[in-house]
Amino acid sequence: MDLSLLLHDTLAIGPISLITLVGLVVLTIEALHNKTENINCWISLVGLAAALVLSLVQLPTTGTAFSDMIATGGYASFFSAVFAAAGLLTVMLSKSYIKKQSIEHGEYYAILLFAIVGMMLMAAATDLVTLFLGLELMSLSFYILAGFVRRRNESNEAALKYFLLGAFATGFLLYGIALLYGSAGTTHIPSIVGKAGMLASSTMFLIGCGLLLIGFAFKIAAVPFHMWVPDVYEGSPTTVSGFMSTGGKAAAFAAVLVVFAPALVRGVEPVRDVLAVIAALSMIVGNVIAIAQTSIKRMLAYSSIAHAGYILVGVIAANSYGAQGVLFYLVAYTMMNVGAFGILSYLESEDGKNVSFDDYRGLSASRPTLALLMGIFMFSLTGIPPFAGFFGKYYVFAGAVQAGYTWLAILGVLMSVISAYYYLRLVVLMYFSEREQDAPVIAVPTSGLGMAALVLSAIALLGFGIYPSVVLNFISHFF
Amino acid sequence: MPFQLISIAVFLPLVGFLINGLLGSRIKSEKAIGVIGSATVGISFVIACAMFFDMLGSPPEERSHIIEIFKWIAAGSLNVSFAYQIDQLSILMMLIVTGVGFLIHVYSIGYMHGDPGFWRFFAYLNLFIFAMLNLIMADNFLLLFLGWEGVGLCSYLLIGFWYDRKFDKGTTGDAAKKAFIVNRIGDFGFLIGMFLIFEMFGTLTFKDVFTQASTLSVGNTTIMWMTLALFLGATGKSAQIPLFVWLPDAMAGPTPVSALIHAATMVTAGIYMVARCAVLFALAPTTLMVVAIVGATTALFAASIGLVQNDIKKVLAYSTISQLGYMFLALGVGAFAAGLFHVMTHAFFKALLFLGSGAVIHAMHDEQDIQKMGGLKSHLPITYKTFLVGTLAIAGIPPLAGFFSKDEILWKAFSGGYWPLWVMGLIGAGLTAFYMFRLLSLTFEGKPRWDQHHLHPHEAPKTMAVPLIVLAGLSVVGGFVGIPHSLGGGNAIEQWLDPVFEVANRKMFLTPHAVVPLEYVLMIASVLVALAGIWLARTWYLKKTEVPEQLASRNRGVYNLFLNKYKVDELYDAIIVNPILKTSEMFLWKVFDVKIIDGIVNGIPRLIGMFSGVARKIQTGVTQNYALAFVLGVVLILGFLITK
Amino acid sequence: MIDQYVPIGIMMVVAIVFGIVLANINKWIGPKRPSDEKLSTYESGMEPVKTARERFSIKFYMVAMLFIVFDIEIVFMYPWAVKFKELGLFGFVEMTVFILILVVGFVYVWRKGALKWD
Repeated sequence: MDLSLLLHDTLAIGPISLITLVGLVVLTIEALHNKTENINCWISLVGLAAALVLSLVQLPTTGTAFSDMIATGGYASFFSAVFAAAGLLTVMLSKSYIKKQSIEHGEYYAILLFAIVGMMLMAAATDLVTLFLGLELMSLSFYILAGFVRRRNESNEAALKYFLLGAFATGFLLYGIALLYGSAGTTHIPSIVGKAGMLASSTMFLIGCGLLLIGFAFKIAAVPFHMWVPDVYEGSPTTVSGFMSTGGKAAAFAAVLVVFAPALVRGVEPVRDVLAVIAALSMIVGNVIAIAQTSIKRMLAYSSIAHAGYILVGVIAANSYGAQGVLFYLVAYTMMNVGAFGILSYLESEDGKNVSFDDYRGLSASRPTLALLMGIFMFSLTGIPPFAGFFGKYYVFAGAVQAGYTWLAILGVLMSVISAYYYLRLVVLMYFSEREQDAPVIAVPTSGLGMAALVLSAIALLGFGIYPSVVLNFISHFF
Repeated sequence: MPFQLISIAVFLPLVGFLINGLLGSRIKSEKAIGVIGSATVGISFVIACAMFFDMLGSPPEERSHIIEIFKWIAAGSLNVSFAYQIDQLSILMMLIVTGVGFLIHVYSIGYMHGDPGFWRFFAYLNLFIFAMLNLIMADNFLLLFLGWEGVGLCSYLLIGFWYDRKFDKGTTGDAAKKAFIVNRIGDFGFLIGMFLIFEMFGTLTFKDVFTQASTLSVGNTTIMWMTLALFLGATGKSAQIPLFVWLPDAMAGPTPVSALIHAATMVTAGIYMVARCAVLFALAPTTLMVVAIVGATTALFAASIGLVQNDIKKVLAYSTISQLGYMFLALGVGAFAAGLFHVMTHAFFKALLFLGSGAVIHAMHDEQDIQKMGGLKSHLPITYKTFLVGTLAIAGIPPLAGFFSKDEILWKAFSGGYWPLWVMGLIGAGLTAFYMFRLLSLTFEGKPRWDQHHLHPHEAPKTMAVPLIVLAGLSVVGGFVGIPHSLGGGNAIEQWLDPVFEVANRKMFLTPHAVVPLEYVLMIASVLVALAGIWLARTWYLKKTEVPEQLASRNRGVYNLFLNKYKVDELYDAIIVNPILKTSEMFLWKVFDVKIIDGIVNGIPRLIGMFSGVARKIQTGVTQNYALAFVLGVVLILGFLITK
Repeated sequence: MIDQYVPIGIMMVVAIVFGIVLANINKWIGPKRPSDEKLSTYESGMEPVKTARERFSIKFYMVAMLFIVFDIEIVFMYPWAVKFKELGLFGFVEMTVFILILVVGFVYVWRKGALKWD
């Protein structure tokens, strides 16, 4: 390896290098100066925007870097763009939020950026070792972010729970990697996928896949590895919950789709069965429990479990439809969930209150714009056209029917009918009910940057819904 | 005639929506808002008319056009365009939607006068027309579904429009939510049907699907499931058994909304969709049988509920459900054209009746109980006369519109060999005549039962009266386009629609029937039944007013069954809604997530004593339970994989 | 396939046995002549007056953690130093990048006062 190759590879993984650099710069500035929150926020914004542009520029290319340990262009760039966009929106929303919560430290942005680097590595990994590296970088960052509101017990609880269970899950993942290496003789993912048909009868390979699957199922919050989700999402700073549920989930799914690639899923029937059961359980448990929630944050947590189930259906379908559906779904889900959590963070009070259903009564009268945006996010989460959420569901379910998993598609559509109940409950409360007379009105400072993020998400949802080809054209040749 | 104009016709209401929706709060003049809202729909109607006459002038095979607006999705094997299809069927629907829609817009200017949400109302109404036009003009299932959901969304917004008012036991918000969720169940069917279509034909474009389907033979199982799923969608949108429960509650919305969305247009979307997919349904005799039975049953069932309701709009709502049942009966027996004929006439007279009821409610200051009305004939002469026309039309008195369309349906049911369904339809017709004249008598005739000192009912303003008169005219002459051969007519509407249903008819071996004497007998029978119903209603509610009371008290059980709508709502609550809520709250959340896992954790120490006793001391709190669930999952998954 | 893992299995058994033996050998073979003085917590004579579960200052953990973090990084430099000539300029640049990243962390830790004892 010579120097020009190093330079070439570093540029080839441009977004990753760039975000790493920005993260380090933010950390340095934080160390060297006082009162740095604003400058760090803006540096992060600019860095993420540049990474987004760079990812989109690299999208048409394909290749690998660092001795075939990392993929560049194409699939990796697509996900880099998703993570950069999710990060961008989250940072925009965070500026006023962390000020309100008195956790205005530059480290917040630095850790967020490192989490994004981890995500990008996960999506770009062509080797199980790189994958693991990315996963850990992301997870460690999230453990810290979850506990960022140090003075609040719930936040500490969230961080500790997430850390303990996360470490537990990582153990399984790592053991799975070891077994896969043992049975396939390589950690290079495309090679493993290529050998999948041959190895399908090997018990060691199956168990390796199973363990890996367990590790991933934890990260995407699928049943029965979902128990941490409600507590962690509820306790974490709201913007972080939003980011975890979108970027974190998308990264885990990016990795799932690389390892459990259509070829592997089609070739190894038992793994497909396990995936199907997990998907079905996630849809049922997530949706049904979400109905009973009184806190919107918890409702969104259970809904995130349900959505993990829907997206898994696309993985199980294991055809171009399903896989494209997964990608499209993740884009849509990122927009709508960052938005929904964004509005929660916007209206949350200093002590973390004002996030229950009852608090949103009559919001359309007091805050018409926010209510409208929240309505759009809820309708999109329900899967109503013309919002992008519908096409995500459409694609994964159509893929499942095509692959012969009609029962899974029927279950999925049925469950999304149930989901209308709790998403709409919020819309009804916002639009069709009055605020209780004695309910305290919480004055919330407005933030132009946060509002811009919300509006951008809503526009993207509507745009991708009316003209999904914008996204589909990019991803149609990946599978 | 450049057919590209169609996109202008479709998008004009969207423009209206954008103007009123974005700037409405700033436009102070109600007049301006009303004119913008009405004019956009009116111009659409004019364009539709122009196109219709153009099509009339061209030979039948040149009447179908596809206008592509843009490539919507072009990825992999799915190619869907945002494209509109103009043919005999869609132009008919478009004329109904824009025509009746325009009249109702004009009416709303008077009806909604002074409402603080005036601009919002018109914005939603325009958005509804836009979505509805997309639904009926779509050239593929996906765009149809977009419109399908769009109209559902507008319906939801408009039912809950007066959110500060109470409705029945809950709020208008509850009614709106109910409508939306019941419709979602229908959508579930629609989506599954759509997936199956794509799976089978590899495309979602109507033309391609139907061309491929026309080569198939009757009795394909996949087609059966596909059409059953689609029909489930139709029962949701068109309020049929088992999903009709939302429509009566939808009356919580302002009356023009009930007239436009919940009587004339949106609820017929299900019928339109089935008719559009006539080829598919023709391939599945089982499904058609289901459609016919559901239709006939709903027609009779809803009519029986309508007999005893006292809310003027509720009576009309059940009447709508019942009439929609007739339309499905027509589709089920393969009389697609007759079904659409009834869609058209029903749009005229039911919109008229609803708007008339709106005028009454308006005059009575939001009183809707017909027990507290009576004798309004002299106070509201125009409303009374037009309402009478509508009532006669729906009762099926010749030569008004309802007679021809209903009779066509009944005749097709009988001649197709479905005589039990014909009997049900006939009884339903008698009930319809009865409850409509009960409504008319209690509202407009007899002695006033309201406070004459404080209430001075006044005739509706001109903007409300003119649409009533126009619709009354249409209710009279609307049936003439479908005068059957037996009465010397040409059944123009059937001929007009024939090319659309040609393939379907061929699959079902339906050939135009010859005139037989039996047709006259049946016709006379149905008129006699209607007259009997009218006579009975007038005797009971104007002369022997004590009879209904006596009947009710003597047959308390049946009466209550009707009055309480067969307790279907309660039934659904008991067997579907509550179990899900209970499962959510009691079982899955509190029991499964908290108690069972807790229980296992607390039980295990007793089983393996010391070991977990130590573990419990090291690690307390629920995190341990979570980890336990985790481990259970791991054991199950790995166990499964090892035994494989 | 499985037999390739036999050596690992043997090693694990040996490790477990070895660990158990070492932990308990003292108990098994050592002479036990307990007296009051010997059983007290600190044989030096310090009387234990409080619970042993005392909270230690976070500073101890900080220093320990930072030591481990930076200490581990040194491990990477050994092989690099040994192969320095063969790796040439490429190796030098790589290591420079690595150390720069470390320095950022170090500067951060320093400036944030994590190294200050008071």
